[in-house]
Amino acid sequence: MNNNKILGVVNLIHETDELDKLTQGRCTATVPFGSRYRLIDFTLSNMVNSGIHEVGVFAHKKYRSLMDHIGSGKSWDLQHRQSGLFVLPPITDDVQELSRGDLFHFYQNRDFFLRSKPEYVLIARSHMVCNIDYRKVLQYHLEQNADITVVCHQSSEPVLGKARKVRMNDDGRIVEIQDSYGRMISEYSNMEMYLMKKELLMDLVETSLAKGQDHLVRHAIFSKLDGLKVYGYVHNGFLAVVNTINSYYGNSMKLLQPEVWRTLFREPGPIYTKVKDGPPARYSNDAIVERSIIANGCVIEGEVRNSILFRGVHVHKGAVVEDSVIMQNGVILPKSVVKCAIFDKDVVIEENQQIKGVSSGPYLAGKRKVI
Amino acid sequence: MVRKEMIAMLLAGGEGKRLGVLTKDLAKPAVYFGGKYRIIDFTLSNCVHSGIDTVGVLTQYQPLELNRYLGIGTPWGLDRRDGGMTILPPYMQKEGGVWYKGTANAIYQNISYIERYDPEYVLVISGDHIYKMDYDLMLQHHKKTGADLTIAGFEVEWKDASRFGLMHVDDDMMITGFEEKPKIPTSNLASMGVYIFNWKALKKYLIADEANAGSSNDFGKDLIPAMMNDGLKLCCYTFEGYWRDVGTIDSLWEGNMDLLEEKPSLDLNDPKWRIYSVNPNQPAQFIGQQAKVTSSLVSEGCFIEGEVHRSVLFYGVEIGEGSVVHEAVIMPRVKIGKNVKIYRAIIGDGAVIEDNAVIGAPDSTEIMVIPVGEHVFAQDQLMGVE
Repeated sequence: MNNNKILGVVNLIHETDELDKLTQGRCTATVPFGSRYRLIDFTLSNMVNSGIHEVGVFAHKKYRSLMDHIGSGKSWDLQHRQSGLFVLPPITDDVQELSRGDLFHFYQNRDFFLRSKPEYVLIARSHMVCNIDYRKVLQYHLEQNADITVVCHQSSEPVLGKARKVRMNDDGRIVEIQDSYGRMISEYSNMEMYLMKKELLMDLVETSLAKGQDHLVRHAIFSKLDGLKVYGYVHNGFLAVVNTINSYYGNSMKLLQPEVWRTLFREPGPIYTKVKDGPPARYSNDAIVERSIIANGCVIEGEVRNSILFRGVHVHKGAVVEDSVIMQNGVILPKSVVKCAIFDKDVVIEENQQIKGVSSGPYLAGKRKVI
Repeated sequence: MVRKEMIAMLLAGGEGKRLGVLTKDLAKPAVYFGGKYRIIDFTLSNCVHSGIDTVGVLTQYQPLELNRYLGIGTPWGLDRRDGGMTILPPYMQKEGGVWYKGTANAIYQNISYIERYDPEYVLVISGDHIYKMDYDLMLQHHKKTGADLTIAGFEVEWKDASRFGLMHVDDDMMITGFEEKPKIPTSNLASMGVYIFNWKALKKYLIADEANAGSSNDFGKDLIPAMMNDGLKLCCYTFEGYWRDVGTIDSLWEGNMDLLEEKPSLDLNDPKWRIYSVNPNQPAQFIGQQAKVTSSLVSEGCFIEGEVHRSVLFYGVEIGEGSVVHEAVIMPRVKIGKNVKIYRAIIGDGAVIEDNAVIGAPDSTEIMVIPVGEHVFAQDQLMGVE
């Protein structure tokens, strides 16, 4: 068993964010996804399910909702005496330092790394939604005798959302990582998960900063592909890259495929989230629901098709919701029609309204909007 | 130890014999109810919402599952530094250990637990009923009347009255007499099994009751009649709202069906009075392309491709294409195959119903029960007889 050998790092520093109104008051990590989760739930659950008991979350900006959501880490069983969850907000003397790269912030919080016991460190981000066992990544890492292992996803279809492409040679060694989302043609996308010895990370942090470089991927890894043995581990499960509105919408719709629903939330390990204690969803005698994901606490009296309803959504009699994502406590009053839309929390649609977007450009309503 | 004004003693030792196969390996308070709860969740949530933070849970029969479920009380917010939830099973003492002989004896054996908190009042409740009640309002009433004991009463329909312990009261709601399940009832004011005692008086009577070798050590049969005979002040507090005993298969099924009314008298959606329970950690429910779900409660983790009408589905239930589920209570993790027909039934948790099986009948007067973990095949053709 490789239990307790890996230190988890959730890197929220400069996470790509083109989520428009969904990240107006929150960071990417706490964007609601999949009817009852937040993006970071997947990252944290994957770590915990892989036997990682010590996790540092490098918060960066707009982290009020992050603190609220993860609390003491109890929901992920990360609240224990010996280790657990550490939220590490930026340690900065002045505001300008906030914009510096992740290596700078790792350095500022180096005590976290130095005090922890595990030999290896796994760095992951929140916007790569998947269900993965990191113990297999470590096993591969050891088999390849790698310095750094990068988790990649293979797909011949274009990836929704923004992800770096990588090129590997026949041995699985990474020969090129695309910077800033260029035009490389490759089936492999970088899932932004890096496994290495903690010692190596600390070394990369110090040598890079000494040269005035402070970005983990661009400076510390990208430029050292010749010197370091960087291998790609291919993850074969479902991947949703959620960092643009179109990828948010497109990936949400993918959850409506039964095989995605059956695997993403459960295999190899269950995804945990903060508990809300809502009652079971209630369907009235007039309810018509087809091909949808419905959370507890919903009340459905109207029609819902091809949609994702978060907790506590109320679709009134005669209202129609199609191809949409309605977040927590949304209310659709009688005789309104909602099609191809994303509603943030607490959106209210008054009676007899027609809200229609298109699948390539869904209608987006910010938190607490009343239409 | 911080002194508490009132603590609760929750009697959760009920065997639930009348629930048959559903309580084979389970204490009655741990029986599932309402799509995601267990019966005891209602009383525990009531305690917390009433401002009671110290609850002793007295267990006896089949405590394994119940103890595991209750843990240290975290889901109800009862994992507290001072007080919180304490599970109180019968234990060995110097003179040897004994089972809880009766409800009063169960409290008697835990006098030292109660004394640690030095309470003024003790609330005695049981984990067998479904209701939402603010015990603090009852306590205020108890203080106002200056009673030694206040018993919560509920007006039942006259036709059902003979199933309950009934109280006679005078114009001031003082209790003047009791009848335990009389054939011809002369009152319809039923005792809910919710008592607030002045601790000093209760302690005295517990000790006296224990010393009386002829006593069956029961609150209703021995201790309360003794208090009344001695002229103590017994008062009734009338509760208005939904209250139901779900101790039989029929009443358990009916209680679940009550939740499906257009405007149910027991509102589970009230954000101010949430019923807390242990979270099963399941993804949101998936309703398939061919599914039809109407007048039902459906919980997390369900995967529905068939037709569901007037039913309560607990978490993790799967229903295959072409299957029909009408007026049924489907407990957690039940797997129902394709073209299955289920009418007027309770399906125990973890049961597997294979393709083409038929359980119950649409016009059956009897509620069909499938035991926990049972495997039902098409040829079994269960038509409402066990």
